[in-house]
Amino acid sequence: MPKIMGLTGDEAIAYAAKQSKVDVVAAYPITPQTIIVEAFSEYVHNGEVHTEFVCVESEHSAMSACIGASLAGARVFTASSSQGLALMHEMLYIASGLRCPIVMGVVNRALSAPINIHGDHSDMMGSRDCGWIQIYCENSQEAYDWVLQAFKIAEDHEVLLPVTVNIDGFILSHALERVEVYDDGDVEKFLSIRNAPFKLDPDNPFTVGALCFTDYYFEIKRQQVEALKNAPPVIDKVNKEFEGLTGKKYSYINTYGLEDAEAAVLCLGSTAGTAKAVAKKLRSQGKRVGVIKPWVYRPFPSEHLLQTLGNLKALAVLDRAICPGAPYGALCSDVVSTLYDNGKQLKVFNAVYGLGGRDITPFDIEAIFNEAMDVAKTGIVKEPLKFVGVRE
Amino acid sequence: MLVEVRWHGRGGQGIVTVSRLLAYAALLDGKYVQAFPEFGPERRGAPVTGYTRISDEPITIHSHIYNPHVVVIVDPTLIGTVNMTLGLVKDGTIVANTEKDSTTLKQNLRAEKAKIFTVNATRIALDVLGRPIYNTAMLGALVKASPIVTLDSIDKVVKERFPGAVGEKNVAVIKRAYEEAEKVE
Repeated sequence: MPKIMGLTGDEAIAYAAKQSKVDVVAAYPITPQTIIVEAFSEYVHNGEVHTEFVCVESEHSAMSACIGASLAGARVFTASSSQGLALMHEMLYIASGLRCPIVMGVVNRALSAPINIHGDHSDMMGSRDCGWIQIYCENSQEAYDWVLQAFKIAEDHEVLLPVTVNIDGFILSHALERVEVYDDGDVEKFLSIRNAPFKLDPDNPFTVGALCFTDYYFEIKRQQVEALKNAPPVIDKVNKEFEGLTGKKYSYINTYGLEDAEAAVLCLGSTAGTAKAVAKKLRSQGKRVGVIKPWVYRPFPSEHLLQTLGNLKALAVLDRAICPGAPYGALCSDVVSTLYDNGKQLKVFNAVYGLGGRDITPFDIEAIFNEAMDVAKTGIVKEPLKFVGVRE
Repeated sequence: MLVEVRWHGRGGQGIVTVSRLLAYAALLDGKYVQAFPEFGPERRGAPVTGYTRISDEPITIHSHIYNPHVVVIVDPTLIGTVNMTLGLVKDGTIVANTEKDSTTLKQNLRAEKAKIFTVNATRIALDVLGRPIYNTAMLGALVKASPIVTLDSIDKVVKERFPGAVGEKNVAVIKRAYEEAEKVE
């Protein structure tokens, strides 16, 4: 029987890591670190887990220690945020390049300068191309559920890639919500101990991370792309198994009102929840609007997105990070190239919002829906890239 | 039905704690909840706000609360310095910790249409706890003003959060605040 708990996003992720029986957690315990590792260190202190908790001197070292442990065959978890993730950047590529199935909770927060500790997606978008599977959650329940699934996806031998489970800084990380947690026994059945296909062993030494010049580097990188391509069927399989256990349905994309919508908002994370509340109100007034929320951002779910479009005529893509000098934000670029490649004539505009934790209000989102409905009616996009909620 | 509550107090007065206690109690009543702080620098003594959302249905909205149904004033010294009624819905409820008479309070709050409840939570806390920690007292007054959760559930979560004598004393504080909270006519 699931149990109802009141958990913040941070606590929900820590609880899932606890139930996943991780062997090693390496983390740097000082700001901008999150309450995720603070909560986990309490489990260690109380003897509730048998995890080797390594307190290191920087986020760079945290990921280095995680990589070593993962190569030794351990189930490894860590968490990071903001400047910490930026400092980890170099090691993120090594984790994926060495095919380490590490799971990391990322609390998405702004990057300096100016100094800011609040929620936006700049940190993860800055490491977007690090070769990790990237999942974005709308609420604490999703954060808990996806961490449990993330280990199973990451450690599958067809994938063997690290996974980030992202939650919005403060908006989710510090907000207490109702979370249904599952029995330890059920989680154990779903997620058996890690079976590594190869592991560092002093008795049978082998080399990892060797020099690889013009002769093989390209092939190794090509294999990483292939590994990400292999992820979708594994994600499908894990989502189905999880549904069998919990009744909760997960996929690459979550939608609301798309069956008859003419205009929709597409966004990541907690904003999708606010957009659903606004869409619900507008739909009750007879307006045909909907919401598209990619759960999985990498690998980008192009095929699934194309299948969800239905009768849409206009789409507003919301980016919570800025790509200075680019035609669109990162998410919108992915959406536009997916549509263009498939000859879709859907009209798209990009709204960049919420940088540095600026609240995206239901009023802001209603205005975006109104604009999308206008575009659906006229077929004319007046402003392809706009900034919502900023003083100009 | 969705009820949105805004808590006003100062850093160090347990505003985050009390916003969460209300949410935990609502969970026991089978509701859906959110509780979150105003995300700013955490300084002792500075005005802070906390928020609690309670609903019979799953809550998907994740923006700040702009139009609360209930405003709880934990720190009486804030009245007149912070705009407590900002965005309060027309027929909303204000629950104030105060020792002032109701006419002065009404004038200070400038909220003609709101339902106002007062309680001298500072006095109750000093009597029962011997210390001016009056966040939990406001839970009792809130339930009297607007029965969004049951007093039983409040007692349960308070005892769980503060085991032993501290929990018992806080339950006594809450009970007294519930009994003493009065509607301002």
